[in-house]
Amino acid sequence: MGEQRERPSSAFDANAGVGVSAVSLGLRLLSLGPVLILVLMTAVIGLVTPSFATPGNISNILAQTAVIAIVAMGQQLAILTRGIDLSVGSNLALGTVVGGLVFRAVDSAPLVMMAMLVTGATVGAVNGVAYVVGRLPHPFIITLATLSICRGLALELSINHTTMRGMPDAIVAIGGSSTFGVPNSFFVVFAVAAIFLVMTKAMVWGRWIYAVGGEPQAALEMGIPIKGVLISTYVVSGLCAGIGAIVLAGRTAASSPLYGNLLELDTIAAVIIGGASFLGGRGHIGHALIGALMIGVIRNALNLNNVDVFFQMIAIGLVIVVAVEADVLRNHLEARARAIQAAAIQ
Amino acid sequence: MSTPPPALAVRRAEKRFGAVQALKDVSLEAYRGEVLALLGDNGAGKSTLVKCISGVYALDDGEILLDGEIVALHSPGAARRAGIETVYQDLALFDNLTPAQNFYCGREIAFPAWLPRGLQLLNGRAMDREAAAVLERLKVRLPKFDAPVALMSGGQRQAIAVARATVFARKVVLLDEPTAALGLRESRKVLDLIAKLRDEGNAVILITHNMEHVVELADRAVVLRQGRKVGDVKPSRANQRELVSMIVGAEA
Repeated sequence: MGEQRERPSSAFDANAGVGVSAVSLGLRLLSLGPVLILVLMTAVIGLVTPSFATPGNISNILAQTAVIAIVAMGQQLAILTRGIDLSVGSNLALGTVVGGLVFRAVDSAPLVMMAMLVTGATVGAVNGVAYVVGRLPHPFIITLATLSICRGLALELSINHTTMRGMPDAIVAIGGSSTFGVPNSFFVVFAVAAIFLVMTKAMVWGRWIYAVGGEPQAALEMGIPIKGVLISTYVVSGLCAGIGAIVLAGRTAASSPLYGNLLELDTIAAVIIGGASFLGGRGHIGHALIGALMIGVIRNALNLNNVDVFFQMIAIGLVIVVAVEADVLRNHLEARARAIQAAAIQ
Repeated sequence: MSTPPPALAVRRAEKRFGAVQALKDVSLEAYRGEVLALLGDNGAGKSTLVKCISGVYALDDGEILLDGEIVALHSPGAARRAGIETVYQDLALFDNLTPAQNFYCGREIAFPAWLPRGLQLLNGRAMDREAAAVLERLKVRLPKFDAPVALMSGGQRQAIAVARATVFARKVVLLDEPTAALGLRESRKVLDLIAKLRDEGNAVILITHNMEHVVELADRAVVLRQGRKVGDVKPSRANQRELVSMIVGAEA
């Protein structure tokens, strides 16, 4: 390091030689990978399937992806803190059912929406508090428990244990209508993404999320309020499930205890294939959005080509395997880069 | 005029983990502008003592005084706010953050002040500028200022951790084996940083196994053995052997 003192920092790269540039190129490719794959995939599907790149179909994809995208952004936060939120799907179902019950009592869009949001945030708060105050080693188990509890509650609360028709007009407009050919739910995704971008990148809270997820021990030693950060993360994830409930109930003009089945898996898949890391502290909201779009595009393309739903599950599973391997490869390359740099300094 | 009280004083500290008594009746004082070496064999209680002073562990008994006043250090955050900076053995760096983000993590420059801390907006430019200025002043050169520290070498990471402590040090700086993993040249750099911390008027407490560094840098040395303080001496070439025997417990 003493040698480096006399050396301008720009000389470093030239000195380290080919190894560094190859590794850093690899790292850059990996960070761009999901976007490239999405673009490539869309281009190929567009060429092969004429009905794919039509305004109607694209609008359709956006509408179908909206719920996954919104809930995946909340999931992304949990994964950033090295956690997971398995309860999002049944939390969403419970939200629609509570909203549906409120609608039966009073036809008020603000009240119904409020009911769904409060339901989502409350379940999130239960997750967060149980995780932190109960000193659980990992949020996996508690969110698995609330997954079961919420689904059961939704079935128990809904009338005749099944779908309830009807939603206030404003909610149907949010979830089911379009403006200038763009589904309104897309604007909801856009708004949530904008808020998330500010929260994660510009706010102290966001920096703390990356710190807690990146190095929990260091976060403790640096005096970051870890408990508050974790609880708020699960509240926000639950809130996203609540927003997803509004969009889905609006699109279908109904509420159902069966909504959001396996949504937790879709959202986790979206975050991972979008390029975020399961190791915590790495990733951003763009990853959740790109991953959600990939899932939407894959499903849509397979649907248009009449590929049956079972194969869709297999295809998405294979994409997840590739994404997780890419994550491992990225960590390997980072370690290489560090080793090369250390060697260059000696 | 009376002499100023020590920047840090530990009185009759006791700490026990289950059946293990990690600290027994340990007292020490550290003054501004001096380097106090904390010596001892593995398991002597050095790291435990450091973690009690930096707020990671709570003392079972005894008290900690800053500038003559008893303080309660319930958490690392409280200790930092009271003016105690720590460079932990594991460095406590965030691999996924840049050097500047690491510098200010937990103490972000943010606004507006009337919002709750977590909802305030980061002033990234100010943090980048300040951190770059500090690294410049300390002559720490990094290959890339905007890359996560995961991509940096052991020496660079160590330098970042020590430099971070220098930014915020106001009274006491604890360093837990800051040169353990470093080569000769990199150690030199860290020792220079430690001297700078001392010259800026901090009480510096240094844990190390390297007797050369102790003789060179430390004004006093406190020796722990099996959780007890067994010596408080001024280290020199002449008593270096004596110090070692105090550490291992054999009479010279």
